[in-house]
Amino acid sequence: MKHTISVLVTNEFGVLSRISGLFSGRGYNIESLCVAETADPMISRMTIVSVGEKRIIEQILKQLNKLVNVVKVHDLTGEEYLKRELALIKVNATVDNRTEILSIVEIFRAKVVDVGIKSYTVEITGDEGKIEAMIELLRPFGIKEMARTGRIAMGKTTKTK
Amino acid sequence: MKQKKDDKKNKELTGAEIFLESLVKEGVDTVFGYPGGVVLPIYDALYNYKKLRHILVRHEQGGVHMADGYARATGKPGVSLVTSGPGATNTVTGLATAYMDSIPIVVFTGQVPTGLIGNDAFQEADIVGITRPCTKHNYLVKDIKDLARIIKEAFYIATTGRPGPVLVDLPKDVLTATHKFHYPAKASIPSYQPTYKGHPGQIKRAMDLIVNAKRPVIYAGGGAVNSNASKELTAFAKKLKIPVTTTLMGLGAFPGTDPLFMGMLGMHGTYTANMAITNTDCLIAIGSRFDDRVTGQVEKFASNAKIVHIDIDPTSISKNVEVDVPIVGDVSEVLKDMIKAIPAKTKQKGREKVIKEWLSEVTTWERTHSLKCDQPKDARIRPQYVVDRLYKLTKGEAIISTEVGQNQMWAAQYYKFDKPRTFLTSGGLGTMGYGLPAAIGAQVAFPKKTVIDIAGDGSIQMNIQELATAVDEKLPVKIAILNNRFLGMVRQWQELFFDKRYSHTCLGKKPDFVKIADAYGGVGLRASKPAEVDKIIKEALKINDRPVIMDFVVDPKEGVYPMVPAGQPLNKMLLV
Repeated sequence: MKHTISVLVTNEFGVLSRISGLFSGRGYNIESLCVAETADPMISRMTIVSVGEKRIIEQILKQLNKLVNVVKVHDLTGEEYLKRELALIKVNATVDNRTEILSIVEIFRAKVVDVGIKSYTVEITGDEGKIEAMIELLRPFGIKEMARTGRIAMGKTTKTK
Repeated sequence: MKQKKDDKKNKELTGAEIFLESLVKEGVDTVFGYPGGVVLPIYDALYNYKKLRHILVRHEQGGVHMADGYARATGKPGVSLVTSGPGATNTVTGLATAYMDSIPIVVFTGQVPTGLIGNDAFQEADIVGITRPCTKHNYLVKDIKDLARIIKEAFYIATTGRPGPVLVDLPKDVLTATHKFHYPAKASIPSYQPTYKGHPGQIKRAMDLIVNAKRPVIYAGGGAVNSNASKELTAFAKKLKIPVTTTLMGLGAFPGTDPLFMGMLGMHGTYTANMAITNTDCLIAIGSRFDDRVTGQVEKFASNAKIVHIDIDPTSISKNVEVDVPIVGDVSEVLKDMIKAIPAKTKQKGREKVIKEWLSEVTTWERTHSLKCDQPKDARIRPQYVVDRLYKLTKGEAIISTEVGQNQMWAAQYYKFDKPRTFLTSGGLGTMGYGLPAAIGAQVAFPKKTVIDIAGDGSIQMNIQELATAVDEKLPVKIAILNNRFLGMVRQWQELFFDKRYSHTCLGKKPDFVKIADAYGGVGLRASKPAEVDKIIKEALKINDRPVIMDFVVDPKEGVYPMVPAGQPLNKMLLV
């Protein structure tokens, strides 16, 4: 099962490598990992999406907790939480299909953030499902390049500040 | 006058001086080290420095094992100091050894100046990166302002919670910069808060299970030794008359000569211990981690039992085996609470009779399948006999270290450890070459005690250079080589599981260990016949100013039994 784990860590060099090293060293799976500062510049939040049986996930949570630089670990799965991902998609745009692309962009409440002679770059945020759906619709036009952030998440209550 | 005093107070120290003063503040008395380019500022500050004893080792791996042996024998953190690059990388095996066995050591490595880090400078290695997975934590000191605080934190992390090795990387410019010295009284790390007290509700649930069990067994591990819980463990087992087995790492945590002691369990455990595990209805795991060498086939391990597991490290719990009552906490603290919760005898209705039956079953296993160390007169020397004689002639009072393999298992089986911290062995990592330096570390801490490294002819050659260290420091460590001219344990596996195809396990009759001892300035003795065994042990025990090698030429065909083949359930033992 897919788990979204929110990890607060001290904002020091080497912390990311401690965490990714823990996952690779023990053979745990990472689907995505996002990290950036929180409101407190001393603390960063990592959002890790991992897949595994209950026993493995339990070990992951405990092993994360054991790291000296980890302040708090919270498995958001199974409770209400917000999850978002951002994607930038550069898609072929010709005179013939520009209107069609723009209408897809509008339906998804995405934005065109850059216009080239032969392409549009679209910015979309949402959960993975929404982003996947948009990608599928844009694919026929020819996707030239794409960048995705991976999931960030936050509990609906303020449990992990 | 006052002016002078203020000057002294405000005097800035170099990083090297701050390093030494911090160690002293931390109560360190001995450093096992090896100099090199970037740590020269420290070595210069050590010149004529009286507050620390520096022991010059011959290889950095040896130095870290010495710090480890010192830590296991004393319970205090061991300290090692090495240079950058190859000096640092040579510590990796020592760190991994200490990490697997949860031993508190702090290793200081030199590093190239901060400005050169990342430039592939001479003798540069990213040791913090390399050792991240084999240390409990590690640090690169980038600014002299942080030096004292980091040293404080390093010792705090190494010795608290589940202990382990910590590495601190010291760039050369940090060692030569100057700063005021202030050593913090306390380390404060908000993200690191180990749990010591067990949860009262869990303790109650555990006690209910234990008191009502018909066939309880205690299975104690290295955590019981690390937490100095021998007294509590012994009291708990005796009050409730529960038979005890320990892991390799747990030997000595419970008196080896106590009638309730069943010996070690696991792959080379005793018949009694392994049968007791198979038949128990309530397993009390204390500071142990269900290692694969202990459990055998994990599904069949104590499969009829409710399991109580006490451990300070939450990750140890339900990692390999699902447990019924987990208790996270310091073993000694939790046992104290559990002893308090033992119900009065009158409330243990009918328990006495049930336990008596169980103990009599245990005794029957013991009687029918005890370990044998007999020695036919005209046969070749049996290694088991040698260990038994070492035990008898030292009256069980020696500190024993081992190498890894058959020598280690025979030491564990035939030497009876009544006290904790008297058996030093690389359990988790299984590091050949551990025993001699560990013995040296222990001998440094206890100059008057008899310290014996029970070794094989393979392992001893992996750190034999440390004989020079022992000679320099006049340390009378004894090395008992069970010399079978083979990598015995691998040979045993080849015999049992690879059709006796002894691929690359025969080491032959070289070297001449007696001459080696002599060449280093120690003493070399040899026993080739059973009658000579006692003679050379007695002779070795008399020597008190230099190391001694006892070269026992033993029967290469001897194997370690009982043996549970890897992946088999514990009751499927190969007996002799």
